Amino acid sequence: MLRFTLTVIRRDLLLAARRRGDWLTSQFFFVMVVSMFPLGIGADPNMLRMIGPGVVWVAALLASLLSLSRLFADDHRDGSLEQMLLSPEPTVLLTLGKALAHWLIYGIPLLIITPVLGIQFALPGEAILILVVSLLIGTPILSLLGSVGAALTLGLRGGGVLLTLLILPLYVPALIFGASAVDATLAGTGAEAHLSLLAAFLVMCLLISPWVAAAALRVSVD
Amino acid sequence: MAFNLYYYAAPATFYGLAGRLIPWFAWGAAVLAVIGLYIGFFVAPTDFQQGEAYRVIFIHVPAAWMGMFIYLVMAFWSAIGLAFKTRLSFMMARALAPTGALFTFISLWTGALWGKPMWGAWWVWDARLTSTLILLFLYIGIMALWAAIDDRNRGDKAGALLTLIGAVNVPIIYFSVQWWNTLHQGASIKPSGTSMDEIMLTGMLIMAFAAWFYAIAAALTRVRTLILERERHTDWVKRILEP
Repeated sequence: MLRFTLTVIRRDLLLAARRRGDWLTSQFFFVMVVSMFPLGIGADPNMLRMIGPGVVWVAALLASLLSLSRLFADDHRDGSLEQMLLSPEPTVLLTLGKALAHWLIYGIPLLIITPVLGIQFALPGEAILILVVSLLIGTPILSLLGSVGAALTLGLRGGGVLLTLLILPLYVPALIFGASAVDATLAGTGAEAHLSLLAAFLVMCLLISPWVAAAALRVSVD
Repeated sequence: MAFNLYYYAAPATFYGLAGRLIPWFAWGAAVLAVIGLYIGFFVAPTDFQQGEAYRVIFIHVPAAWMGMFIYLVMAFWSAIGLAFKTRLSFMMARALAPTGALFTFISLWTGALWGKPMWGAWWVWDARLTSTLILLFLYIGIMALWAAIDDRNRGDKAGALLTLIGAVNVPIIYFSVQWWNTLHQGASIKPSGTSMDEIMLTGMLIMAFAAWFYAIAAALTRVRTLILERERHTDWVKRILEP
């Protein structure tokens, strides 16, 4: 059973490696959105430090939604999704593998880019570290919850915008815990509490969302 | 005669039942609203702290209650629909959503009117306001999903799944936001007794029942339309529409 999930992950990674343009788009989107904020509100380092964590987090949410709209769409178009659904393996493992693969492709590069953006926003080293840790815990949540939305909106007209409408409200706890972990570090009160809550939310999403995504996928493909 | 729930779970029989119930709930809502508003505006005393402006409570609090409660009812019908594949449950969920969104919007709007004289601001990023706003976003998302899916069966189930995952998320959103920031006055009505004048409470509860009755009447009216639309190929609908 685990091998099925690993196969799904390996397949998606291979496809991503062959089509680099596809997933690099959302990474560049992330960088550009974050870089627009200082241009819009001024370059005062104190203010940038204050808004930095939130801006990075919001940009991460948007970038994840941008790439999530295609999570199942390509497989659906060429028919391979139906073949995977017909296989005797549980659909839950398919959606779990898809979400994890999405995290590996989109989340990990985000973690590598973030420290550079943190420097742009005049964050001290410790805060950058916590920002990366919060994204490390938080981005899998985005992939998991987003996979539900991607399955629900599969093949609908205006799917991308619709996905944003459906999933963004559900992202709120991750955004709050993630961004306030960094704020707490900046204020010197320690980030453990926020990170623990973020991790608890991750565990809950890990338990629930693959099942809901699997049910949604069955509804959408039938 | 035993009340047979399964008998009324069929759209054809429920259509008639709903038709008989709607006038009762609609008139009940109107009468209760008149009584409640009269108490609210003329009988209830002026609040010693908040002056006359507190009177918006008679609309604000019932609307906020209904906004949250209707979401729970929607989640209930969605779960029933997914579990038992009953057609009527999905129709009920669809019929409730616009009313729930309306009440949520009213509670935000009246809250802004109340907030201006009390806090000196139309809007603050307080826990309850923010979570109510996110609740409104959830309603909008669910309705947008229904609107985007042409296939009726798929739309029903997709909407139900989204409603349920939203229902799991609502408490987490509420606590995360509450923990993030709070300014709203604490709940005035607690199980252990209230901090309100009795006549104020009476007026508010009457208004709450008015809101409740209105919600039921509106949902039943909408569900009747949905039933007609979906069952238009059946004989009984043809008999009703072309006597």
